[in-house]
Amino acid sequence: MKRLKSLLISWEALLVILLLISVVIGSVLSPYFLSGFNFNALTSNTMEIAIMALPMTLIIIAGEIDLSVGSVLGLSSVVLGLLWETGHPMWLAIGVALLVGLIAGCLNGILVTKLALPSLVITIGTLALYRGLAFVVLGDQAVSDFPTSFTNLGFGSIPGTEIPWSFLIFAILVAIFGVVLHVSRWGRQIYAMGNNKEAARFSGINVSRVKLTLFMLSGLIAALAGVIFTARLSSARPDNALGFELYVVTVVLLGGVNIFGGRGSLLGVVLAIFIVAILQNVLGLKNISGDIQSLAIGLLLILSVLGPNVARRIQDVIARRRLVAGSSQQT
Amino acid sequence: MKKLFSTLSFGLIVLTIFTLAACGGSGSSSSAGSTPSATSSSSSSLTIAFLPKQINNPYFDTAASGGKEAATALGGQFQQVGPSSANAAAQVPFITTLTEQHTGAIVISGDDPNAVAPALKQAMSQGVKVVSYDADVAPDARNVFINQADSEQIGRSEVALLAKQINSTGQIAILSASSTAANQNTWIGFMKQELTKYPNMTLVKIAYGNDDDQTSFNDTLALLQQYPNLKGIISPTTVGIAAAARALESVKKGGTVALTGLGTPNQLRQYVKDGTIKGFELWNPADLGYLAYYVAALLIQGKIQGNVGDTFTAGKLGSYTIGANHVVLLGPPTVFNSANIDQFNF
Amino acid sequence: MTTTSQDVERARQRGQVSQARLFRLVNRVRELGLLVVLLLIILFVGIQAPRFLSIDNFEQILLSIAILVIVAVGETLVILTRNVDLSVGSMVGVTAFVTAYFFKQLPDVNLLLGILLGCALGLVLGMINGLVVSFGRVPAIVATLGTLYAYRGLVFVFAANTTTQVNASDVPSSYLALATTQIFGIPALILIAAVIAIIVGYYLHASPTGRQLYAIGSNPEAASMIGIRRDWLVFATFAASGLLCGLAGVLWGARFATVDATDATGLELQVIAAVVVGGVNIFGGSGTILGAVLGAIVLGTLQNALNILNISQFWLQAIYGAAILVAVILDAFITRWLQRTILTRRKKA
Repeated sequence: MKRLKSLLISWEALLVILLLISVVIGSVLSPYFLSGFNFNALTSNTMEIAIMALPMTLIIIAGEIDLSVGSVLGLSSVVLGLLWETGHPMWLAIGVALLVGLIAGCLNGILVTKLALPSLVITIGTLALYRGLAFVVLGDQAVSDFPTSFTNLGFGSIPGTEIPWSFLIFAILVAIFGVVLHVSRWGRQIYAMGNNKEAARFSGINVSRVKLTLFMLSGLIAALAGVIFTARLSSARPDNALGFELYVVTVVLLGGVNIFGGRGSLLGVVLAIFIVAILQNVLGLKNISGDIQSLAIGLLLILSVLGPNVARRIQDVIARRRLVAGSSQQT
Repeated sequence: MKKLFSTLSFGLIVLTIFTLAACGGSGSSSSAGSTPSATSSSSSSLTIAFLPKQINNPYFDTAASGGKEAATALGGQFQQVGPSSANAAAQVPFITTLTEQHTGAIVISGDDPNAVAPALKQAMSQGVKVVSYDADVAPDARNVFINQADSEQIGRSEVALLAKQINSTGQIAILSASSTAANQNTWIGFMKQELTKYPNMTLVKIAYGNDDDQTSFNDTLALLQQYPNLKGIISPTTVGIAAAARALESVKKGGTVALTGLGTPNQLRQYVKDGTIKGFELWNPADLGYLAYYVAALLIQGKIQGNVGDTFTAGKLGSYTIGANHVVLLGPPTVFNSANIDQFNF
Repeated sequence: MTTTSQDVERARQRGQVSQARLFRLVNRVRELGLLVVLLLIILFVGIQAPRFLSIDNFEQILLSIAILVIVAVGETLVILTRNVDLSVGSMVGVTAFVTAYFFKQLPDVNLLLGILLGCALGLVLGMINGLVVSFGRVPAIVATLGTLYAYRGLVFVFAANTTTQVNASDVPSSYLALATTQIFGIPALILIAAVIAIIVGYYLHASPTGRQLYAIGSNPEAASMIGIRRDWLVFATFAASGLLCGLAGVLWGARFATVDATDATGLELQVIAAVVVGGVNIFGGSGTILGAVLGAIVLGTLQNALNILNISQFWLQAIYGAAILVAVILDAFITRWLQRTILTRRKKA
């Protein structure tokens, strides 16, 4: 347990170093990097993914996965758009959109827990289903005439600063999720489930209920991300955020969360979010197009796991040689 | 020791990726012209960036070649950046970074007219000129829109083109891009109006191929299955028409089911020659890029303000006037058929 | 998941023979169940729209899934060993583009050379996946998610430096004919997919290596302990998946004729859906090639049926998603029911 903890600490230390290196490289490569305006651009463009990464972290630590988040985002976005267009007040539209997300997450959770089916399979199915429902709701329509007070939520900043509103929401959520995962009893249960589901059950944890709650939370947050996304782009379309699920999973894994559950921390994921955001931002500032950005993110993901593994192997070999050398000296 | 190893490996990773990206990047963002400093922020030099819906798309690349030509003619800078897949959300970061670089003008094809509007307005408030081409953005988020062709004309002429091939009788279908594509939806609207003039032609279905080869291909086959008596297909998108042509050919229906729409000559040469397509149309994308660059340059230089009624000369293309809603119309599209297709190479 | 795996575990402890019998039985019934679902769809749609029941239409269905089946065969091998290959769409995209570009540059070259090039390229990409997973100890889902992005980035870089699109008129007609020729009246595409599925399916069923793959998926640690060379076999399945993606890429270029850098984006989800609907356990250890092929056929038939029934385009994807869920849930119920019956019968005996 102690070793595990030290490993975790070192992983985050590495991410901090990585983040610092990115910032240094960024400011060397581009004179525009270290500006308030750039901070605004950099954060507001990634906040939806960042927000969805928080419940995803908990779900993956608990040994499950939710691939339907991008589709839930799209579905909640069109529900919001439809209600606004048909003359309902904005608070009601947002409320129903969040409710839809909660229900979608609940369905995921019920299928995973009550039918005891792998979440990877279930959420691939609901990924298609929820996206399809988004098309059913709005079809070939797009709603875009949102009031400025609403679009400010996604695009505007806190008055007098360059901090986007969405960043404030993210910061609050990070605090909440951090406490839940790392301080509360609930958090310990999540780790226990990810480490050993059977043991967790025998130690009196209601595995099904925790999981169901996690999936509902994930749906709700994805819907919240949908509201922010709609506000930022002032556009509700059924194909909003197509394929976002892979980005979300990518930052969580890069944050050092074990895909098989039981290990990882929210701090690592938050660091990873900013590393990816900075990487994309710097490449963008250097006028490098989307194609190479995806190449860089793919390599970063593989190498971030492969690098330390290979380093460890080399170390093992050296240690073994030393051991052999040491023992031969003794004889 | 362990930490040192891992840290080193991490540092190496980051360095490698940045170097890789920087090396590879030189290939994708291209510049032309005399002044070599792309990041220069002085307003006298012309730094104009094209932001298409998607890079590595033949249509937009042809448009970019026209932009480059104009850049060389005017001694300005040309660069093209953009997302690798057509996606409104992905365009926004590019707009903000171009704004930060104090680019002279952004020439954009809007994936979603409203999604990019806030970012473009922000750019305009910082003195960046915005010209939209190919697909318009919200009117208050750009100075001028370069319209490739009159939407009504496109919609109506597509129907007329098909009607001629099938003697104005029979079931027809439309194979569009995505269901939310604004350009296509406008054209389809005018097609429906034009169809009222042809009482014997019935539109049985609008299919959405999402500008994806596989989906468009399968959609075409599905149309043939669903409507055995289908006489013709209109595909007002370059990806769709090529996939539909191949699909018709693969089930040996080329020529028996008429196909027309919007496509590039290079892409469809094969199908025109083997008779799968008798005629299709398109404006010249290179001219579109050329004109867009020209207008952006004139806006930066202050030679035009982008007001309705402004008249200007755009190099080799001649003179234009900014029309209602701050729109410049490129001109009528070209109809391609087996007689003239070999004269075009784009 | 948990209760079933417990049951299976209990059943396993009753000895090797009964374990093998259990799996065979479960698999057979799973495939039977799929067949029933397939027949129900055919019957229902056939009554609504007799056009659906033509030979021509079935040929179209099979053609539409032929390339998918080739990729799904490789994916099945990988999933059987408790891994997953998410990079298949990108690998198909890379090989389709590079092969088409190769034919564009050298139109007079021997057809076989181009096919071999595509396959070899796919093999190399698959081997990289295998190396990272087997010897780099990176979880497959992480590694192949990374290469999903990286390989797609590669094809974009390649396209940016060469040509953005390869058109039908750029490549020799002999290449395009790959997708349209018929052998004994059957389209070559369908034959190729069928031959590959039969060979790999038989090999998996009959050879010791095939059984070792199941053993790895059922219990990786135990497999290593009884002397199975786990790393090599996992590496080999990724290499095989790459090779098959390479072939699929070659055929992709021939079938769609117009090839650009975004081709086959998102194919991975279609492939995994087909494999999972076909009853292959996503956590390894059970499932067959026949099942995966049937899964692809069911999904292909469903899509065709939805089109023929003239259901609004906007409903298509929702129904498709719901159908995947229903298939998976039905499968789970059938399997559980079966295991319960077997267990109770054992107890009586």
